[in-house]
Amino acid sequence: MSESLGVTPAQTVGPYLHIGLSWPDGPYVVPEGTPGAFWLRGRIVDGTGAAVVDAMVESWQADPDGRFDHPDDPRGARPSAVPGFRGFGRSETDTEGRYALHIVKPGPLPTFDGDTEAPHLTLSVFGRGLLHRLVTRVYFSGEAANATDPVLRTVDPQRRDTLLARPATDGFQFDIRLQGEHETVFFAV
Amino acid sequence: MTHDAERKLILPSYRRDDVDAHPPLLSPGYRSTVARAPQQPLTYLPQRLTEVTGPLLGEGRLGELDHDLTRQHDGEPLGQRIIVHGRVVDGDGCAVPHTLVEIWQANAAGRYRHAADTWPAPLDPNFTGVGRALTDADGRYHFVTVQPGAYPWRNHDNAWRPAHIHFSLFGRAFTQRLVTQMYFPGDPLFSQDPIFNSVRDERARQRMVARYDHAATRPEWALAYEFDIVLRGREATVFEDEDDDE
Ligand SMILES: [Fe+3]
Repeated sequence: MSESLGVTPAQTVGPYLHIGLSWPDGPYVVPEGTPGAFWLRGRIVDGTGAAVVDAMVESWQADPDGRFDHPDDPRGARPSAVPGFRGFGRSETDTEGRYALHIVKPGPLPTFDGDTEAPHLTLSVFGRGLLHRLVTRVYFSGEAANATDPVLRTVDPQRRDTLLARPATDGFQFDIRLQGEHETVFFAV
Repeated sequence: MTHDAERKLILPSYRRDDVDAHPPLLSPGYRSTVARAPQQPLTYLPQRLTEVTGPLLGEGRLGELDHDLTRQHDGEPLGQRIIVHGRVVDGDGCAVPHTLVEIWQANAAGRYRHAADTWPAPLDPNFTGVGRALTDADGRYHFVTVQPGAYPWRNHDNAWRPAHIHFSLFGRAFTQRLVTQMYFPGDPLFSQDPIFNSVRDERARQRMVARYDHAATRPEWALAYEFDIVLRGREATVFEDEDDDE
């Protein structure tokens, strides 16, 4: 094994991330009008309870069949049966710290050790004051598979509910607390 | 398919970064981190299907002139024209081909075309400050732009950001996602910048500094800087025949 190169360090996106990273279609993991699609919405707050108005959330997820159109999925890359499914979403927070992603519910996933992961998305949070992205996961409350999910099982039971999105009028709500009481669980990947 | 579903999945796995590879989230010299850095330790997440896959964003996201920030308007922007080029590689030095590179920057006067940037430096009607490119089969990318100016911020007394270009990279997996900043060699503002210095390891810090590239500098046209970006590499693959259950 050759000696590995050091990675390039992360830096903050800074307060002007919008000029470089805004995509008009960013929030649309699936196109408008997709059957079964809904909005995943949330608000990001900091340790003082203030809205984080200069952040961006990115999501990545499997399609409703639990498949990825990606060559490193050992089951084989498979284009989604959902037309226009991108799997990836990007949403900057607004003046009230709110983000929104238009998604479909991902399917459950097999793991390398024969377990099943409950439906989930992975989120990256970027922002001014964040020198490196934060990584978290969104699960759906009320999902039976959550009880045996290998990731949720490893999370402190007191904090597990910070990873659960709750039903809302047009989909699900998933707030992100960067710091302090009810701090969202963030992961090292 | 039933049989397949019962077999163990063999996933690639990406090496975890050294503790000092990235800045600590709480870096009080950069004041905004104080209320925004999580206080709880990060929870270890084994890399599973969601982490070892990721968006493979391609040509569809690019316009013809997205890589040339000096040709996106009717006239040319003011400032020193520069070429910024390099390779995106992983920790083993292997090219990351066909991956999206997004950049954004201030204009030559140090002002961003952004509603929240209101310091008294001029906007340039011929400069937006946004670029996109895809790496080629060897992981190479190439931008033409102008040298960004330094700009003041209110972090500490007489605080100025060293000139920099923001870079966003996807690699091929969620674990490789990286947003960083490229700096210019010999900048006198490094010593007072808490964002640059949030990376504690000197050698890691130097990985954010581009190299002046005289060979790629174009006579009577533009100075060139080379900036290679290293995303995390993969662990050696564990092959199925090493699995004694098979
Ligand atoms: Fe900046």
